[in-house]
Amino acid sequence: MVFFEVWSWIVYERTFFGNLYNVQSVLLTATQILMMALGLTLVIISAGIDLSIGFIAGLAAVTMAVVIRALPELPPALSFSLGITAGIAVALVPGMINGWLIAKLKVPSFIGTLGMFGVTRGVAFLIAGGATVSISNSTAKAFGNGKLLDTIPIPVVVAIVVTLLFHYLLKYTRFGLYTYAMGGNIQSAIRAGVNTTKITFFIYILSAFTAALAGLFYTARFSAGAADAGEPILLNAVAAVFIGGASLTGGSGTIAGTVIGSLIIAIIQFGLVFIGMPPFWQFITVGMVIIIAVLIDQSRDKIARSTTVATS
Amino acid sequence: MNTDPILSVANVSKRFGGTLASHDLSLDLYEGEVLALAGDNGAGKSTLIKMISGVHSPDSGEILFRGQTLSRRSPQEVRDLGIETIYQDLALADNLDVGVNIFLGRERMKKICGIPVLDRKTMREESRGALKHLGIVLNDLSMPVRYLSGGQRQAIAISRAVYWQAKLIIMDEPTAALGVPEQREVKSLIRRLKAEGVSIIFISHNLTDIFDVSDRILVLERGRKAGERLIGDTNEDEVVGMMMGRILDDQ
Repeated sequence: MVFFEVWSWIVYERTFFGNLYNVQSVLLTATQILMMALGLTLVIISAGIDLSIGFIAGLAAVTMAVVIRALPELPPALSFSLGITAGIAVALVPGMINGWLIAKLKVPSFIGTLGMFGVTRGVAFLIAGGATVSISNSTAKAFGNGKLLDTIPIPVVVAIVVTLLFHYLLKYTRFGLYTYAMGGNIQSAIRAGVNTTKITFFIYILSAFTAALAGLFYTARFSAGAADAGEPILLNAVAAVFIGGASLTGGSGTIAGTVIGSLIIAIIQFGLVFIGMPPFWQFITVGMVIIIAVLIDQSRDKIARSTTVATS
Repeated sequence: MNTDPILSVANVSKRFGGTLASHDLSLDLYEGEVLALAGDNGAGKSTLIKMISGVHSPDSGEILFRGQTLSRRSPQEVRDLGIETIYQDLALADNLDVGVNIFLGRERMKKICGIPVLDRKTMREESRGALKHLGIVLNDLSMPVRYLSGGQRQAIAISRAVYWQAKLIIMDEPTAALGVPEQREVKSLIRRLKAEGVSIIFISHNLTDIFDVSDRILVLERGRKAGERLIGDTNEDEVVGMMMGRILDDQ
């Protein structure tokens, strides 16, 4: 953050974060990442991974666009609502399949969601007919680009509401507690009578749900649905969750941490564009950030272990 | 002491493929009694406790707990009847705090503005009480249990069983992974539970522990009962002899 602010002063002789447009853009970028990362946080806490969310987002994005395009005679608000509903409904199908594979058939989450990554990718491109589906819908435009009180972008407002809901779920409900318990020691959860099959199933459905929201925001914001809309965000979402303090072995992580992680990635991403780096550098930077976050997590664990041994 | 046994295992057999893991086993356990289960690896100790705790159901024979049959009950149903099993890996969620671990699966909830939320504070306070009841004092109950010592974790697993009114606690090698002072703490816990009328079955390889705390010992050898003795009527040599199959009671 400091780096980009200083750069901005040196090169452009003006402030970076003092500029409302820049802040809004960073928040919108963070919202895209956060939406995918919210559900993924639950998955990672439960000691799983969901690789399919990128194309689940794309699937929701193109479904929404195709539905809106097919209903030009309806009032824009109605076709928009139908598009949103259809997008979420279609995106929940791969979520349910993930849940069924992992919870019921005990397929490792990495393999199950990798398979669904391929399936949803193909289906999304089939629905889109191979190309980007552009729409012209005033409600979608107002939703994707409108601002509350002329300052806060509408998707950011929606993201805040969904984030608070997920925070509540994870911290204050049995469902959230069982998610942590499963990530900590699945045997203990089973012996305590937790229905781990049901919890796992819901975790993957919620993961698909937030990924779908990311796709819908994309279509509304750019007035177009693309099958690969969410693909580049997957990497960012994984990075956000790990920067937020989650551990690959499961059992730890918080929604607040994921929010901070999403903001950090968004600032890096937008900042790199701002200082004129080619976009491919974003992937390189974010990839390195993931590795560094995991290394920090490992060393933190080692330090914690050695201090307990020393004091016990 | 009640004259009826709290647990009665009658002529139970269990076969896994070609192996006869339990062969015509019978035992009675009374209220407040500590029974040690000894035997070499593969003698059938685990199979026996798994049949009692509902993980396996016997091929033949009958297990009665306070007059009710345990055959074809799920582990959860067996727990609800008052039999808690504490396994070697302790069955704690390492990343969660003490309060939550004691209440896992049976959490306390409260309402804030009509919205149900987990009542972590109450769970922590009641856990403190449950631990104190067994003479265990932990300062910080909000710490994940992974940062506690093996003995403290064992104590939490036992407190959990006691808090939920277990009448029979089965322990699989409760002292195996512990240092000497902690073994002593666990043994004093067992004595305290016994004083409260809780019955205990524990598996152990450690004859010193067995002679320290148990009332009776049952030795298994290749699925059969090699012998059963009141602890005052036997000695380590005889127990080792039974474990090795050199002494076999004719029943």
